[in-house]
Amino acid sequence: MTAAQREKMEEALFPPVVAILIAFVAGDIIMLSFNQSPFVVWRLLLEGTWGNAYGFGQVLYKATTLSFTGMAVAFAYRAGLFNIGGEGQLAAGGLAAALVGFALPVGFPALLAILLGCLGAAAAGGVVGAVPGYLRVRFGAHEVITTIMLNFVVLALLNWFIATRLRVPETLHTPEIHAGAISRLSAVLPAFHGSAANLSVIVALLTAIAMWYYMFRTRGGYELRAVGLQPDAAEYGGISVGRVLFSAMTVSGVIAGLGGINFVLGYKYYYEDGFAGGTGFLGIAVALVGRNNPFGILLAALFFATLSQGGLAVNAFVPKQMVDVLQGVVIIAIAASVPEVQRILLGSRRRPLAPTSLDAAPAAAEPPAAAV
Amino acid sequence: MNTFAIVTQVLRIAVPYLFAAAGGVIAERSGIISLTLEGYMLGGAFAAIVGTFYSGSPVVGALCGIGGGAVLALIHAVASIRYRADQVIVGIAVNLFAIGITRVFLKLMFGSSSNSPRVDGFAAGYGDPLLWLGLVSTPVVAFILFRTVFGLRVRATGEKPEAAASVGVPVHRVQYMAVLLSGALAALGGVYLALDQHQFTDQMTAGRGFIAVAAVIFGRWSPLRAGAACLLFAAAETVQIHLQGNHVIASQFIEMIPYVLTIVALAGVVGRAIAPAALGRAEA
Repeated sequence: MTAAQREKMEEALFPPVVAILIAFVAGDIIMLSFNQSPFVVWRLLLEGTWGNAYGFGQVLYKATTLSFTGMAVAFAYRAGLFNIGGEGQLAAGGLAAALVGFALPVGFPALLAILLGCLGAAAAGGVVGAVPGYLRVRFGAHEVITTIMLNFVVLALLNWFIATRLRVPETLHTPEIHAGAISRLSAVLPAFHGSAANLSVIVALLTAIAMWYYMFRTRGGYELRAVGLQPDAAEYGGISVGRVLFSAMTVSGVIAGLGGINFVLGYKYYYEDGFAGGTGFLGIAVALVGRNNPFGILLAALFFATLSQGGLAVNAFVPKQMVDVLQGVVIIAIAASVPEVQRILLGSRRRPLAPTSLDAAPAAAEPPAAAV
Repeated sequence: MNTFAIVTQVLRIAVPYLFAAAGGVIAERSGIISLTLEGYMLGGAFAAIVGTFYSGSPVVGALCGIGGGAVLALIHAVASIRYRADQVIVGIAVNLFAIGITRVFLKLMFGSSSNSPRVDGFAAGYGDPLLWLGLVSTPVVAFILFRTVFGLRVRATGEKPEAAASVGVPVHRVQYMAVLLSGALAALGGVYLALDQHQFTDQMTAGRGFIAVAAVIFGRWSPLRAGAACLLFAAAETVQIHLQGNHVIASQFIEMIPYVLTIVALAGVVGRAIAPAALGRAEA
């Protein structure tokens, strides 16, 4: 391994490791304040997730949706865009998958029905993602705000649609789909019996591979990363920045929307209002910990899924809400340590010649000689 | 229902928005992105109930609430200013953290996962001092921003931090103060909400912080215009409450009004919304 590669590895790995260590300490404090032994609780948390097939199945299930929303955030981020609309895109994708499964007749060929369901989910997510993309390119409206605002708009629209058009009375969900159900993992591996894990996980893996290939081995991916790193230079190099931004946002929405199949086609076989439940937002954390790399994201999704399922496993000892705190702590710690690690690594390589930060600026602003 | 009662209702809905938007304007004018208003409100609401529960005095409760919001703001400030973390990411994390920490303490202190016990708040309606504070919060922030030295420094920092630093403005200290002030102000919105309902309930702010963010942007980062936006959004909500069950227009479409208006404002259809120049620039 060359020195440059090692440095790159360090830069990628330090922040998540530091963040997870800080989260451990925060977890310990919470456990102690509930008069529990951290050792016992952490062991229980691990046993309840990776210790048995059911727990692991639940982790896989949760990691599946998270890896979709994480990849969605990362795809946009590589183009320099911040997609916070994962929540609405995911929900829209889920509803579209349910509508496709609902429209198809009973007995429709399974594989084709699943494919159509996936396409529906992807298309709906893409439409929701394209709106902020268009607003950004055409009007310069910042996507952070428009995606946040669109979440509320889309969720309200979906809520209205479900409440007035298509729900089982007294519930907040649609009737069951007729076709397009994705089989459970337990159909292949009986040990997973009872867990929600399903073959959507394969779609997630394929999406990760496709995203990696596109990002690092195709011209489109190169253009996307160029725009993300230096839009002016990319424009000068002949890349149409607007087109790249629009399509990055749309594809980001497509990926998030596709995540809707895990719940709708793989688990419940209906769309339920509010099923996204924060998974879209958590995708930001997943992308951050996974350092915007598709395979890093799969690992990060497993980590966050373990936390969330582990919270349920230890709920009798420490309230499961502990994991919300830990998630917040991990994100803050990693967001704060990324620039710091970069600074330290950069500083160890070369001393900056001029003050680069305002910490140093007042000292540098010496009065001109004439004024003395 | 007479006009006076309707005005009262609009004001009651608007007060939490006004506090949070006032805080949002001041932080964003200093260049720090304020997606954290929701978390500050929630933290303020919880701390206010805890303070009131143990002291029996809503005044102590309100001060605790301010403290709760300020602690969350400090986390945001240290991560964003000292460590130059991405302010959008930290903002979302602070909101998540606020939801989690209030839930854990709710369980730890009151043994419930849904709500706190009932506490006595301030007098209802126009006897509530927080209602009046809320109504003057955006004019006060306007005064601070445009009529004081601190306000001038805040604006300079948010527009061009290098220039501000070159004339001796302690850029980072100004940003810390602006963010802490925004935490305290937004927290008061949560305090008002919690004391008005006499208890804390899990996630009781229910997106109000984001409506305040919408108001800040729709108000084009001006405190008075943001305040007007808060009143407009509150009026729309009041209309929604009165239309409920009338089937004239589905409530979901009225819910969307603040968000749609904000998107429209950002797209520049009715007077372009332009952010402070250095907003969110981590290296500032």
